[in-house]
Amino acid sequence: MSQSPATLFDKVWDSHVVRKIEDGPDILFIDRHFIHEVTSPVAFLGLESRHLKVMFPEKTFATADHNTPTINQHLPVQDPLSANQLKALEVNAGKYGISHWGLGNPKNGIVHVVGPENGITLPGMTIVCGDSHTSTHGAFGAIAFGIGTSEVEMVLSSQCIMQPKPKKMRINVNGRIGKGITPKDVVLYIISRLTAAGATGYFVEFAGEVFEQMSMEGRMTVCNMSIEMGARGGMIAPDETTFNYIKGREKAPKGAAWDKALAYWKTLKTEAGATFDLEHHFEAADIEPMITYGTNPGMGMGITQHIPLAQASGGSKASYEKSLGYMGFHEDESMLGKKVDYVFIGSCTNGRIEDFRAFASIVKNRKKADHVTAWIVPGSHIVEQQIKEEGILDILTAAGFQLRQPGCSACLAMNDDKIPAGKYAVSTSNRNFEGRQGPGARTMLASPLVAAAAAVTGVVTDPRTLMAE
Amino acid sequence: MAYDKFTVLKSSAVPMPIENVDTDQIIPARFLKATERTGFGDNLFRDWRYNPDNTPKKDFVLNNPIYSGKILVGGKNFGSGSSREHAAWAIYDYGFRCVVSSFFADIFKNNSLNIGILPVQVSPAFLDKIFRAIEADPKTELEVNLPDQTITILATGESEAFEINTYKKHNMTNGYDDIDYLQAMKEEIRAYAGKSIY
Ligand code: SF4
Repeated sequence: MSQSPATLFDKVWDSHVVRKIEDGPDILFIDRHFIHEVTSPVAFLGLESRHLKVMFPEKTFATADHNTPTINQHLPVQDPLSANQLKALEVNAGKYGISHWGLGNPKNGIVHVVGPENGITLPGMTIVCGDSHTSTHGAFGAIAFGIGTSEVEMVLSSQCIMQPKPKKMRINVNGRIGKGITPKDVVLYIISRLTAAGATGYFVEFAGEVFEQMSMEGRMTVCNMSIEMGARGGMIAPDETTFNYIKGREKAPKGAAWDKALAYWKTLKTEAGATFDLEHHFEAADIEPMITYGTNPGMGMGITQHIPLAQASGGSKASYEKSLGYMGFHEDESMLGKKVDYVFIGSCTNGRIEDFRAFASIVKNRKKADHVTAWIVPGSHIVEQQIKEEGILDILTAAGFQLRQPGCSACLAMNDDKIPAGKYAVSTSNRNFEGRQGPGARTMLASPLVAAAAAVTGVVTDPRTLMAE
Repeated sequence: MAYDKFTVLKSSAVPMPIENVDTDQIIPARFLKATERTGFGDNLFRDWRYNPDNTPKKDFVLNNPIYSGKILVGGKNFGSGSSREHAAWAIYDYGFRCVVSSFFADIFKNNSLNIGILPVQVSPAFLDKIFRAIEADPKTELEVNLPDQTITILATGESEAFEINTYKKHNMTNGYDDIDYLQAMKEEIRAYAGKSIY
């Protein structure tokens, strides 16, 4: 049988299969494993009860992020349960010889921000973490996906996991995106078209002009949200943009090792004629700033549109009504002008420097609306530092905003950053599930530009109306 | 952790005909602070089950004494969202051993299989039949037969086959897990690692 042209995904996956189990999963070698305080403690307990060691401690990296405060990080953590989890991570990392960037470490931050910015994430790798947004790292042409705690234990003890090979999907977006449209809008648009389960069972490759022209940070935003259409992960072929981003970062290969790696990375692309189980095509010109109106990320719409009717939603009428009821919205309404109580910019989706630049571009020379509470949370200390050095902090301060310290914060509201019940938040994070940002909280997902426009006007606003011609 | 063997489960079922039940609903993030895996059942579906003052919400199915059993029957796209295995632990800890839906999110399905909960994916039409059978008689029993890979509504005898790969089926019926398997192939893994450029 002649060799059929391979996809990027096939190349990376197939090169990591240690063994195939007949009528079972593939055993996949894992190059990088990230752990954090919430999903790792029970995995370490498991190791202990089985008397197992960590097989390759140098391939695992620990950072504290999910459950950390975003103010006064120099003080002891108040909540005893959170403090206990942070301590467990530190103790486990120390005991097994795993590098640990805990609270207060200058490299600390959200795991999916820290990995790429320190050159830990590289093209062609397999990367896992006990967090579904591990798909972020796919922006580098890696196969990256979230795993459960049992699998964390598997990776710690054997550097492998068992996975049936997913089906392959390619999503093509061609053309040029317009003014005020960001990578977040591109991905929210795709999810709104595919629905929250539209890519379940698939691994997605994003291809086309829009992604080729996108920065690495933008690509991370897109791949980050692939899980929100149900995909196992999403990836983008590495190119010069990728290599330029990686070169010189702390953990990136140097010298001869760099040259060798680069030569390999350049082979990582889908060959002409390769086939996918499913392919979608979208036009950049159809995308406008997006906002969600419901309780899953598939319930998104262009900001100037009206909330779709139940029959157009694709799901059951009862689930649709439950969702709109929770949000306090109605079919066929406009979202523009709806009051906003909270604004959150941050998370592994939109907590990088370009996101804060975008936010600052709108709030510059404007003032925060009085009734809006804004939480501005950098994805890492390195991002925080950039915000200060680039003068963004001055712009924020002049506009009446305060900068918090890095962490997951209101993305999952595990720490004190919870949106109160019934309140409306425009959030740059990735999930608008019921109660995700606090019990009863009502989340509207959007880009940093839409968040900024809401923060200064106090209502849902098309950011293009605030941008210079 | 090895778990109980799963072969044939005969039980009444708890119906939850809601689509896109995500893992934030199954167990909200604020209950993920434990460093052990037990005790999560108390907070299963916390915000659908209890009012803010901790009184039970009467209209929620887990608070309705006419429904009980070891099988949870959910709507399409069950277990989407966060990868938290705590969601599967909470379902297990509450007493369920099997979840039935017409469609599961991938990570939730893996997590369930890894801790000994059987996810049974049925056709939308059969799911509907199950919901209607439970509506007609809350005590109606389902039989989930893993060796035969069938699920049957006992009252009517209606049955459907479900998929599971041979490897996982073998694990579930014997109570083995993947870590046992991987420990036995360490040499092969080490040989692979020696060739990796990373
Ligand atoms: S920011 Fe949100 S999505 Fe990202 S790692 Fe943290 S909790 Fe998960």
